[in-house]
Amino acid sequence: MSSIASPTFRDGPSPARARSAQRRKRADRIGDRVLYGVCLLAALFCVVTIVLIGYQVVDGARPAISRYGLGFLTDTAWQPNFGEFGAGSLIFGTAVSSFAALLLGAPIAISIGLYLSLLAPSGIRGIVAPLVEMLAAIPSVILGFWGILVLAPFVQANLEPWLHDNLGFIPIFGTPETTGSSIFTASLILTIMVVPIIASISRDLFLTVPADLQDGASALGATRWEVVRGVVLPSTASGVVAASLLGLGRALGEAIAVAQVVGAGSEIQASLFKTGDTLAARIANQFPGALTEMHKASLFYLGAILLVIGLASNLVAQWIGRRFGYPGTPAR
Amino acid sequence: MSGEAFDPTAPLVPSGNLRRRQLFSRLAELGATAAAVLAVAVLAIVVFTVIARGASALDLDFLVKSAPEGIGPELVGTAIIVAIATMIAMPVGVLVALFLTEFAGRRTTHLIRLTLDLMNGLPSIIIGLFVFGLLVNHRQQSGIAASVALAIIMVPLIARGTQEVLLLVPSSLREAADALGVSRSRAVLGIVLPSALGGIVTSTVLSVARAAGETAPLIFATSVFDPSRYSLNPFEALPNVPVRVFQLSEEANPEGFAEAWGLSFLLVSFILFASLCARGLLARSKRRMSS
Repeated sequence: MSSIASPTFRDGPSPARARSAQRRKRADRIGDRVLYGVCLLAALFCVVTIVLIGYQVVDGARPAISRYGLGFLTDTAWQPNFGEFGAGSLIFGTAVSSFAALLLGAPIAISIGLYLSLLAPSGIRGIVAPLVEMLAAIPSVILGFWGILVLAPFVQANLEPWLHDNLGFIPIFGTPETTGSSIFTASLILTIMVVPIIASISRDLFLTVPADLQDGASALGATRWEVVRGVVLPSTASGVVAASLLGLGRALGEAIAVAQVVGAGSEIQASLFKTGDTLAARIANQFPGALTEMHKASLFYLGAILLVIGLASNLVAQWIGRRFGYPGTPAR
Repeated sequence: MSGEAFDPTAPLVPSGNLRRRQLFSRLAELGATAAAVLAVAVLAIVVFTVIARGASALDLDFLVKSAPEGIGPELVGTAIIVAIATMIAMPVGVLVALFLTEFAGRRTTHLIRLTLDLMNGLPSIIIGLFVFGLLVNHRQQSGIAASVALAIIMVPLIARGTQEVLLLVPSSLREAADALGVSRSRAVLGIVLPSALGGIVTSTVLSVARAAGETAPLIFATSVFDPSRYSLNPFEALPNVPVRVFQLSEEANPEGFAEAWGLSFLLVSFILFASLCARGLLARSKRRMSS
């Protein structure tokens, strides 16, 4: 700062000053390069990590892939002691529990999004919105532990008998088991995990709907619900679908909480109240105890299937988000 | 309605169709409110159960002694694992965010952001499989392997949070630096980063809160440990809170359940406290920057 007032300002830079300025320039240029290089390296590191993850999972699964091929996807036998492995029942369990969670969770989550963006007074909004996000912060292992000891007994004693008595003519509501560990309980836990994700994304979406449009509809005599039905939902539909897909991705990949409450069954059954298992939960449950190479490789194969499904649902969500003009789907 | 003559003195109240529409609207409002109440109630029930069953287990012995009386080794182990993960993830995350905001062109930004989103959406059990194949298979389990797995989970969170704050740094600051002839690296390190510091810290704290409870990858990286012994060496399997809760919950042993509730209580209160603080800080630093 003092250099501005110095005589060199009038007389031109002295040789010594010019040299130091030059040195500094060179240092700056090197500094620029180094910073750029380091940043580029970090970004490349992320890309390489993703590629390596894909490679490692497929590489670990290679023995199982070469032995069972694509028949693995439909084979329902899973008997480690006899060296028989198939993912059929697990894919079924994953699909059923995740879709049930989405079916239950998406309407609730979208309603919460509507409440937080359009209905709630600002004071309540400031409290409820963080609380809903807190729900996503609870670790899955604790949610699963709570599921075993609190939710499952309640579901087994109250919810499942009630549903069976009243809706038992539908095969999915069969006779309840004795433990409360079931696909149904797992779906409820997954619902709890999915709701905050979809709710916070859809709230952000609903907040982007221009107030002019909503006011216009109100001025034409639309009730609040008609404003939502006619203006808010149609203009954000694609984003809501993308948010639901992100939630679905989360439900598909959840391992720990599901492993705790799903009961590790190995059969395909119509009733939701029977035990079952999912891809991710089977890996979490059996990997530490897997002794044979083929058992491990088969678990890696399950991981590869999960990776493909997970990446696909994520990419589709991204694509919808981008294709229909929402600036990227918010993280989590 | 149409049959009656128009009566200008009739009071302005909804009738017929409008009354039905308003009733439906009111019901929809009620439904949305009920959904929000339900979510908050579930949170309250979970947190209340954890507090009611976990807080009673806590005393000094429980905190510092090792198994079977206490959980000291698990707390220390989790602290070490998460600390190392943060040391890996924070520089990488911040540098990626800098790359996105300061250097990358549009194409590259797209690619890197897609990568981050995919990393974020990756099931954590897959990251566990990856770390097992890379660092554990044919070797032994280690705290380092767990840290690497958690770092992979943390990087996209830190990068995304930091990028959001970096984008809020007023462009007038950068322009002023350019006008003064300040080099790019000096401007970034001396002006842009410091003014985004609050956001960097909060997103790091949030990601720590997320990573501390992450269980699936640790099952592969550090699950065979001895909970009765303190271990500080990250090159061997470290006792840790989430895996211990998982193991105890799989055994049908009431005494183990009491320990697991105590562990859950500590973990949940740490996570909720950390994310509350982070949220408050973030709101404040964003307000300060956009005003």
